[in-house]
Amino acid sequence: MIEPLLNVENLWVRFPSRNADFDAVRGVSFTLGQERLGIVGESGSGKSLTGRALLRLIQSPGIVEADRMTLHGENILHASEARMRQLRGGQISMIMQDPKFSLNPVMSVGQQMSEALRAHKKVSKSQARIQTIKMLDEVAIRDPERVFDLFPHEVSGGMGQRIMIAMMLLPNPKILIADEPTSALDVSVQIQVLDIMDKLVRDRGMGLIFISHDLNLVAKFCDRIIIMYAGRIVETCKASELRQAKHPYTLGLLNSVPNLEHPRDRLDVLKRDPAWRDAPSVSACQ
Amino acid sequence: MTTIFVTLLGLLFVTFMIGRVMPIDPVLAVIGERATQAQYEETFIALGLDQPLMVQFWIYVRDVMHGDFGQSIRTGQEVSSDIARVFPATFELATLGTLFGVVIGVPLGVLAAVRRGTWIDQIARFVGLIGYSMPIFWLGLVGLLVFYGILGWVSGPGRVGIFYQGIVEPITGMLLVDSLLRGEWDVFKSAFSHIILPASLLGYFSLAYISRMTRSFMLEQMNSEYIITARVKGLSEWQVVWGHAFRNIRIQLITVIALAYANLLEGSVLTEIIFAWPGIGQYITTSLLANDMNAVLGGTIVIGSIFVGINIFSDLLYRFFDPRAK
Repeated sequence: MIEPLLNVENLWVRFPSRNADFDAVRGVSFTLGQERLGIVGESGSGKSLTGRALLRLIQSPGIVEADRMTLHGENILHASEARMRQLRGGQISMIMQDPKFSLNPVMSVGQQMSEALRAHKKVSKSQARIQTIKMLDEVAIRDPERVFDLFPHEVSGGMGQRIMIAMMLLPNPKILIADEPTSALDVSVQIQVLDIMDKLVRDRGMGLIFISHDLNLVAKFCDRIIIMYAGRIVETCKASELRQAKHPYTLGLLNSVPNLEHPRDRLDVLKRDPAWRDAPSVSACQ
Repeated sequence: MTTIFVTLLGLLFVTFMIGRVMPIDPVLAVIGERATQAQYEETFIALGLDQPLMVQFWIYVRDVMHGDFGQSIRTGQEVSSDIARVFPATFELATLGTLFGVVIGVPLGVLAAVRRGTWIDQIARFVGLIGYSMPIFWLGLVGLLVFYGILGWVSGPGRVGIFYQGIVEPITGMLLVDSLLRGEWDVFKSAFSHIILPASLLGYFSLAYISRMTRSFMLEQMNSEYIITARVKGLSEWQVVWGHAFRNIRIQLITVIALAYANLLEGSVLTEIIFAWPGIGQYITTSLLANDMNAVLGGTIVIGSIFVGINIFSDLLYRFFDPRAK
């Protein structure tokens, strides 16, 4: 069997506290190949922390535990911090929600992007500039030479997020985690940004983990979907077979989304059953 | 520019008015209490006190514009030349103190924020707490007792050893600089061993303030999302802390350091008195006790202008460091 890009077994993220530990992620297992995997769940379901745990960027006092967490077969659970720095950005990268906060406000776009490249590739400043401008062009930014010298407050949200994507893809990582990449953006530019990201990820044969609370968006841009609830995976299914989902939580999510073509007077309210917290996950498509 | 002008004019007006409402008779201060009535009236007119208040103010502003603060009654010299003599002493002390506070305080604050909750953070906070709460005259006296009286590591009060006084012809008025420029090594050594204790004492107080502020600024930045971005890029912790977080606190830090510096430049009266330092703080205090209003007003105006000047300078630095301010 070919080793998948990413293999995670029984991942836990735990925050110890004086009274009782809080488990934010509770025994999540999945693999990722050259595909687009969506992770969907409500706020606090542990989807973002799952993404950060893969980069080993859970802040102390948080603890990451797993039976297995490998990247190309390499154990990243116990890799040294120095090795992790090579992997972060170089092999596995992440885009966050709002470019207003995730770009450094006092560094120019070009400075931040070149830095990302030069952290992993031995290139001169002028070469880094050429590659950065080329990358800006690939994310459909007009006049990239000018944008290179702009500061984050001088670009729009959609442009900022495209810059983020360009920056994170510059060192050619194998995996991209997109953590709610369009939630802070205007609806009209969401699809545009996602299309660009989607194209780049597919052209480069990368693995994508798309974290979102927007079930429709994830169904549109992903091959496979993981539904998370209370730190666990409750259901896994192919995006194309989402309509055949079995888990009541997934069904609840689907039914609470409005549909333009089949309008309803009243949308369902999501009902949560405490028993789901510990029930085994189901798979709609085996 | 207009704001600066208005600020300075306001400063002049307030100091002038304070000088006039003080229950000190300027005439008596000049001629003494046993002068005759005729002498009194003559001086009264000579000082221009028979003119309306606004005219007096106008004359005063005009004189100040020409660098003329009047004559000091106590020293018998022009106030401007007095200030030119005492201010470099304060400047030297304050600059050295601020340098000390910045060089140690900033890294200490950054380290405390990055290693939050560890022993180094505890030490930094303890050092800051003492600096905040101890009265400076007490620390000054204890410092003199320990380092001068018992250990003998440094020299005692004063600016320079008594044998070296008046050897160096002033160039800048700062003894450390002048003795170096003139190549007087022994004078430099003596001056250095005199200044080191009061300078570190003042430095300690600005260190306490600067490190506390640096720590809280850094804590705020280290929780920002762009810090996660920097880590995702695979940067080293050093690059994350100094290249990203610290870059964002420079602007706030400039304000803090400028304020701390201005505070020391105002003349730390207590320190200057304990260490018999002939600086501007001591000059103003002594003049005030001698009813020498011209000297007090002149000193106040100089200090006020420096305060305004430092604020302008820090505003200019903002533009340099913050792309959003352009």
